[in-house]
Formats: sequence, structure tokens, C-alpha cells
Amino acid sequence: MPKQSYVSNPSRFSAVSQRLLPGLCGAALVLAGSSLLSTAVAAEPVKLGMITTLSTKGGYLGEDMRDGFKLAVEQGKGSLGGIPVELLVDDDAGDPQKGKQIAERMIKSDKIDMMTGIMFSNVAMAVVPSVLKDGLFFVGANAAPAPFAGKMCNPNYFNVAYQNDNMHEAMGEYLTQQGYKSVFLIAPNYPAGKDALTGFKRFYKGEVKQEVYTKLDQSDYAALISQIRADKPDAVFYFLPGGLGVNFLKQYDQAGMKSEVKIFGPGFSFDRRLLGAVGAAAEGVMNSSEWNDDLPAAGNAEFVQAFHTAYGRYPTLYAAQAYDAANLIGSALKQVDGKLDDKDAVRKALMAADFSSVRGSFRFNTNHHPIQDIYVRQVIKLDDGSYANKTVSKVFEQHQDAYVSECKL
Amino acid sequence: MQVTKTTTLGETVALNEPLAPASSQQHGKVQVSHGTGRRWPLSRWLTLLTFAVLLALPVLLAVLDNSFLLTLVSRCMIYGIAAISLNLILGYGGMLSLGHAAFFGIGAYVVGITAQNFMYGTALMEWPFELAASNDAIVVWPVAILLSALAALLIGAISLRTSGVYFLMLTLAFAQMIYFIFVSLDQYGGDDGMNLMSRNTLLGLDLDNDLTFYYVCFGCLLLIYLLVQRLIAARFGMVLRGCKQNEQRMQAMGFPTYRYRLMAFALAGAGAGLAGALIGNQMEYVSPNLLHWKMSGELMVMVLLGGLGTLLGPLWGAFAFLLVEDVLSGITEHWMLFFGPFLILVVLFAKGGIYGYLIRKEQP
Amino acid sequence: MILFLEQLLNGLQFGVMLFLMASGLTLVFGIMNLVNLAHGSFYMIGAFVAAAIVASSGSFVLGLLGALLATAILGIAVEMLIFRVLYKRDHLEQILATFGIILFCNEAVQVIWGKTPLFFDIPAALSGSVELLPGLNYPLFRIGVIGVGIVVAIFLYLLINRTRLGMAIRAGSSDREMIAALGVNIKLLYSLVFGLGALLAALAGVMAGPILSVESGMGESILILTFVVIVIGGIGSIKGALAGAVLVGVVDTLGRAFMPELMRMALSGGAADSMGAALSSILIYLLMAVVLIFRPRGLFNASH
Repeated sequence: MPKQSYVSNPSRFSAVSQRLLPGLCGAALVLAGSSLLSTAVAAEPVKLGMITTLSTKGGYLGEDMRDGFKLAVEQGKGSLGGIPVELLVDDDAGDPQKGKQIAERMIKSDKIDMMTGIMFSNVAMAVVPSVLKDGLFFVGANAAPAPFAGKMCNPNYFNVAYQNDNMHEAMGEYLTQQGYKSVFLIAPNYPAGKDALTGFKRFYKGEVKQEVYTKLDQSDYAALISQIRADKPDAVFYFLPGGLGVNFLKQYDQAGMKSEVKIFGPGFSFDRRLLGAVGAAAEGVMNSSEWNDDLPAAGNAEFVQAFHTAYGRYPTLYAAQAYDAANLIGSALKQVDGKLDDKDAVRKALMAADFSSVRGSFRFNTNHHPIQDIYVRQVIKLDDGSYANKTVSKVFEQHQDAYVSECKL
Repeated sequence: MQVTKTTTLGETVALNEPLAPASSQQHGKVQVSHGTGRRWPLSRWLTLLTFAVLLALPVLLAVLDNSFLLTLVSRCMIYGIAAISLNLILGYGGMLSLGHAAFFGIGAYVVGITAQNFMYGTALMEWPFELAASNDAIVVWPVAILLSALAALLIGAISLRTSGVYFLMLTLAFAQMIYFIFVSLDQYGGDDGMNLMSRNTLLGLDLDNDLTFYYVCFGCLLLIYLLVQRLIAARFGMVLRGCKQNEQRMQAMGFPTYRYRLMAFALAGAGAGLAGALIGNQMEYVSPNLLHWKMSGELMVMVLLGGLGTLLGPLWGAFAFLLVEDVLSGITEHWMLFFGPFLILVVLFAKGGIYGYLIRKEQP
Repeated sequence: MILFLEQLLNGLQFGVMLFLMASGLTLVFGIMNLVNLAHGSFYMIGAFVAAAIVASSGSFVLGLLGALLATAILGIAVEMLIFRVLYKRDHLEQILATFGIILFCNEAVQVIWGKTPLFFDIPAALSGSVELLPGLNYPLFRIGVIGVGIVVAIFLYLLINRTRLGMAIRAGSSDREMIAALGVNIKLLYSLVFGLGALLAALAGVMAGPILSVESGMGESILILTFVVIVIGGIGSIKGALAGAVLVGVVDTLGRAFMPELMRMALSGGAADSMGAALSSILIYLLMAVVLIFRPRGLFNASH
């Protein structure tokens, strides 16, 4: 892993010492010290705070998000858009409470200028409103629950990734196009799961045989698979993020169901790291994504190569989104010359999205969520025995989310 | 100030003093010099010091311009309230409850649900009578406390038929049921939880101001601390501790032990409900995570870390747990690699928790 | 009808998995009076070690043996280092210490093997499925898991009822003072029993590895269920663990399979789906509560 001093990870040493010092030497000394410090340092870099999930089961997701963002900063030699930045990364462990606490520290103690990241919707629901309340900009790099695109949309909130429903909508559209007459739907029993199936049904025109919501930490899906076999649908669409999806797909394949009923899912369950854990069980499965490593967009191949060189593994969707988020922030910083005080100018610069996305065409809708193309990919086996995705077709051209009309921006 | 009382048990128990922490076998050995000695015992000094520091801390933090620490300490105090209430049954009553997060969560959800209905101007319930939502802490918090106590009363009534690990598992079971119910409450955010637009109002105080909120938490903490102190010193506390040592003997002496223990369980639930109402306000966010069994486990860890069956221990435990976690996770993303062994070392070498470790030094 | 039979089989297979976990936990609990939350960590470590060995050697058998050996040794080492001190402590302190072990293990496997779940496939000989009845295909590997469970149950039965070690174990779970009187080396007995418990957990982990995602924290989802099983069965009783495991496995599986449909008869649309999911999650806790209300010390109580 490349060592770069300007990227302090999960760096809060300053914050920690700031908290320990008072007990040691008293207030006056600290005040004197800090005033000395502020005169010594000339140009303060722009401080970016990233909250993501680095530990627990979702840890690999956050790792890719962090590394994708870091790559952009490293390519700019510690700056984004020519403006020096300092990146603070912290681990929310997938816990909204913890995320909230980190946000408070980053804002009040570290005095960050802008916030980015956040892997999971529940953490976003807890953290984002308070960040916006404090007048900061938030540039989301993954989680995009429906309220932020609709009723709760905010002039200072941007999401570079997508709106949560997008990939599921694409799959619904694809299955309709391909003429699948009936489908069996599966998602975990939580809001993102319900949004997923709602999104799918928004574009799917056939019959929904059954809609099953599983327990959040369900690991054995034998009962469900038996049910699918008994129901005989034309296709199965499932949204089970992370390890849940690994469990399900492995068990589905082991039950010999893959040849009986075709299975489809959003790209979340088919990134290259998870494919390593699933193996042959995933081969041939169609899935949807707004990005893939073989997209012909300018700079995409270079990004994939640079990421592989830097970290020794291929980037996932999450890395690509974070890389885009970094470059978007860079484009805005460049436009306002690193001065974040003029909120209107920053907002205009972010909205312009004047950066080259590794996805290709990209622009923001009025609710600050992307209008973009969404593709269907297929899992293939590479010559070296590993698995990857091949882009098959474009399902949506310039797709926008379903909540934009609810947003009064 | 130090009082001793000969109880119906025929044992002399020093009031306001921790019993021998953690291990009940030492009960009765701990006799702090009292009456004749003019010198205050260490524990008294520590209590005074703890609350004095908490009282003065905001001033220091204002000088340092560190408003983050203010919110962090507010959080610690809130968890301290939850831990103190858990200690009432865990430490003094010897009831191994792994379901305390349920009452914590119910308290928080009362705040969340009323806040959401208040925001949208919808009724809390329309049947059998229409009930409008309020945003005033003077209404909402007592309701939170009451409902948590009621839930504790129900769960306790069933669970107290068993004891030991079976009790532990029953309380866990009920807490898990409540957890899954809140996860499936779609209108209140399900697993995503829900956001409060602002904190409650309290008698014209602006709770959105972190400093005001800090002192409200401080007041609640002090209140709970004093209440538990009085309760433990009273006949109620004697019976409760007697039940921990030997329930059959207490029964033989004619105490309706089940009723006493149930009362303690409900009171602990009420305390957790208050803490839950406070945490909902502090975070301005409520989610089922607050009810998860890991939260029950963490509360239990706080009590043990600080000192089981001591008045001040659980509060210190909450501070130690949250601060160590915060500092460690700031240093490395692999913080659990160090936090885990830290807990093990505390068990192995600091018997009776941090408080017990300190207090023992004073007593030969 | 076929569907019901299949679901029953699924429940049985899940129950067997729980039994592998529960038998070790209930022994340790019953004999040493130790609440070991870290039992799930042995399960996880078993799965990780096996996955790693299979990935490098390509042999499932080698992975299985390696995982069992490594976890048993680890179990005995941890027993000698930490648990020995904990036997004399109360349950709460044991919970605190073993909670610490969970945190450590979850992070340690991520540091050693990375954050991505590991790949672990079914051995070639056990892949595919067989037709048990016309229209009832069942994965061979899951049948294998049931087989392993039966073998382990018989092994434990013989061990406990026909050997000297078993006699000491029986004595230990009903009356702790008696084993010392029998002239048994208690330290050795404890270490052996603990190692056996860890080994059984690792066996469950290896069985689960090819079915589940091998990831950090996989032990916790099964840990709570395992505790539910041993409490329903009665602490310290292998018979109870078996009965409890099958009961929990079947009730949980049938609940998940049929509860949503039942709810759909009573309610409509989205509400039914939500309620169904919530109720099926609650079911086993309800089962435990009911059992404990009527039999406060579980179905088969080992002591007295």
C-alpha cells in the first residue's frame, strides 16, 4: 500500500492529542501552542472528512471506497483539482450511532470543510441531516436512500453514485425486455430492501409470483430455495447485499437451481471481490450496474490499471464511485479556487459536474442525483481462472430516478 | 454522614458504600471507618470529584473551544444513566439481564415516534381515542419512562420465574422480539431508523443548544444517582441485596421476594427509558440498533468495567468504554484487536472493575 | 406435500448444524459452569482455516483435518491462558472476557485473511443433488451434513456412556465435587472437554463454510441460536442439545417458509410481508420463552 503522508488514515491523532493535552498542561498552554501553530502553517489544505465502513462484515466495501478516493488524491500528489486536500477517514462499523458520533467529531473538533463517503443507508439517514444542518456540503459516494432524492432533498447534498433504486429498476426493465413472464422477488426486511423491490416492480411488467423479505442476518436460504422450486417462476430477482448474497447464490447453485430458474440481481452482489468468494456459482449471471471495468469511457481503463498497481486488486463499483466523487470535488475546488465560503459558488461548481467520470456521460439532475446510463453485465470466467463482468447491453440511457418530482429544488 | 444500620438480616451494612465489588462472597467484610472518623472515605471523595468535574467541564471546554467533547461527554452521561439503572438489577439484585437495551430503545422510540407525528401533525393514535403528539419533554419523557417501566414489568413478571442463565436468555428473548418488531415498523423507518428534526423542548429551555442539553443530562444523571443511592440504602435495597445472597432465606423471613425483585426490574427499566429518551434527543436519531442484543451486551460490559454493585462504577464504566473505544478507533481501524484484549485484561487483573480496583487500595 | 417434506428436511439439516455447535457449548457450560460467548469464534476460525487450506492444497479432507486440529489446539491454549482463571469467576465476568475474545477474533481474521469473504466450495465428490423421492431433489452436501451430525451424535453417546472420560463428564455435569473425589485430574479433564467443544464448533464451521459466506462475524449469527438451543434443551445435557437443536431448526425453517403465507391470508400486501418476516424472526424466541415458562430449566435438565 502506498504511503503518503498527506493522506492521514484514519488519522485523528491531532484530535486525540487535543483531547489529552488539557489534562497534561492546562488550557493556557494549549491556547498559546495553537496560536503558534496557526502562524507557522501558511496555506491550510481543504479538509475532507470521509465516513465509511471499514470493520465488521461490510469492511471490504468501505476499504474500496476509501482506496478509490485516495487514489484520486494520490494522483493529484495530495491535491484535488490542484487544491491541496487533507483526507480524514473514519470507520463507522456499519453503526448509525457511531457514524453520527464521528460526524460530530469531524465537524466540531477536526473542523472539516466538506464531507463524503457513507456506505450504508441507515448510517446516511443518521449522519447526513446533521451535517447539512451545520451548513456543510455532503457528497455521497454510495448510499442514496429515497428521502434524500425526494422529500428531504437539500441544496448542499449531492450523490455521485446513483439513487438506491436505479440498479433494481434497470433489472426490472431488462427482464421485461427479455420477456420473462413471472418472477420471484427476494430482499432483506429493511427499507433499502423494500425500495429495491419497489424499484424493480416500477419497470417490470410481468407477474410477481412472490415477494419474500428475509431476516436481516439470514444465512441459510434452503427454505426459500425450496419455495422457489415449488413456485416455478420464470426468473428470480434478488437483492441481498454482501455476504448474504454470497450465501444465497452458493446455496442456489448447490441446489442445482441455476439451470432450472434463471437468476438476476443488482451489481452489488457481483463485484470482483465478491465474485472471488462465490466462484463458479456466479458464472453466467446477468446483473446491472452503472459502471464496469470494461466501459470505454475516457480514463476508465487507466483508472482500473492505476488502482490495480496501487492496491494489488481490481477496483469494484464502490472504488469507481469514490474515485468519481473525489474528481467531482476536485473540479469544484478548482472552480472556486479552494474557497469554500461562498456556498452558492461551490454549489454551482458541484452542480456543473465538470469532471471526466469513469462511467462516461454523467450529469446531475435537479435533485442532485445523477442522470446516467445503466448497463447489464454478465459474469464470465477469465483465462487466469478468476471471474469478472462483461458489459452486455445498455438498459437505460440517461436514466433519472423516480423521486425527482418530489424534490423542490 | 456515614450511617450504619442493623438490618433485619442481623448484618451490619455500611450505607452509601459499595459492597465488595463483583463478588458477593466478600459481603460483610467491607466495613468502612465511620462515625468516629472525621476523614471522609475515598469513595465519598471520588463521588464528589466525579460530579464536580462533570459540572465544571463545560467551562474548561469553552475555553478550549472543543464543543465535540461536550457532546461526547453528554453521551457518556446518558449511557451512564442506562448503566446505573442496569446495575440496580445486575449488581445489587443479582439478576443477569441481557435485555436492557429493549427498555433503552423503547424510551428512544417514544421520543422518535412522538417527534415524527408532531412534525407531520398526525395523531399518535386514533383509536380508542385520538391522541395528539407533543414535543414537550415534560410530557414525552415521563411517557418514555412509564412505557419502559411497563414493558419491564411485563417482561420481568415472566422472566423472574427463572434464574441465572435461564433468566439471562429469557430477557434476551423478549428483547429480541421487541427488536424485530421495531425493525418491521415501516412507518417509523424500519431498520433505517428515523430522524428527529429537532430536540424536544423543555420548559422553555432550548435543548438544541449543546450546553443546555449537557446540563439537562447532568441533572438527570445526578437525579438517578441520588435515587439509586437512596433506594439501595433503604429497606428496599436491603431486601434486594438479601435476595442476591440467598433468596430462600429472605423468603423464610417473610419478604415477598418476587415482588421486590420485579419492582427493581421495573425501576431499572424506567431508568433505561429515561436514558433512551435522552439518547434519542442527543443523537436526533433513533434506530433499532439501540435495541440490539449487542447494545445490551455493551451496557453490561460498562457496568462490569466500572465496577459491579457499586454506585459510581457503572458511570465510570460508561465513560471508560466510550472514551477508550473513541480514542482507539481514532488510532487504528483495527481497534477491536486492542479493545478485545483490554476487556479480557480488566476481567483477569482488575477484579471488581476500575472502581473496585481503586477502592481496594484504600482498604487493607 | 413434497414441499413440506423438503422444508422439514431443511429444518433437520439446519438443526444438525446447530447441534454440532450446541453439543460443545452445553458440555463446557454444564461441566465447567462457563458461559462461553467465544464459542462462535471457534466456528468462524474453523471455517477460515479450512477455507485457507483448501484454497492452497485443493483437498477438502486436508482442510477439514487441519481446521479441526488447529481449532482444538487453539481452544486448549485459550483454555489454559484465559478460561482457567475464569472458572472460579461469576457468569458476568465470563461474559465480559469472552465478549473481548469475540472482538479480537473478528478483527484478527480480517487482519490475517483480508476483508473480503473467503472462497470455499463444496468438495467435488459431494456436489450435485440426489432425488430422494420423485420430485424431491436434495443437495448431496446437505445430506452429508446430516450424516455428519448423526455420526457425531452417536460418537458423543458412546463417549459419554461407554468410556471413562464420559463417566467423568457425566459426573461433572451433575455434581462438580464428585469428579475430584473420583480421582480425576480435573485440569486435564477441563482442557480436554474444552478442546472437544472447540473441535465440534470448528466441525460445524467447516460444514457451514461451503454453504455460507466465510466472513468475519459469521459466528455471532449462529451463537445466539446456539444459546437458545442449549437453554431449551437444558444446560449440560447432550440429549437436550440434540432435541433442542432439531426443534429450533425445524421451527425456524418452517416458520420462515410458511409464516408469510399464513400472514397473507389474514392481512393484505406489504403489511403481511412485513409482519410475516417479523413473526418468523420472533418465532424461536417465542418458542424458548414458552419452553422456559413451563420448564424453567429446559427440557432435559442434566443436574439433579
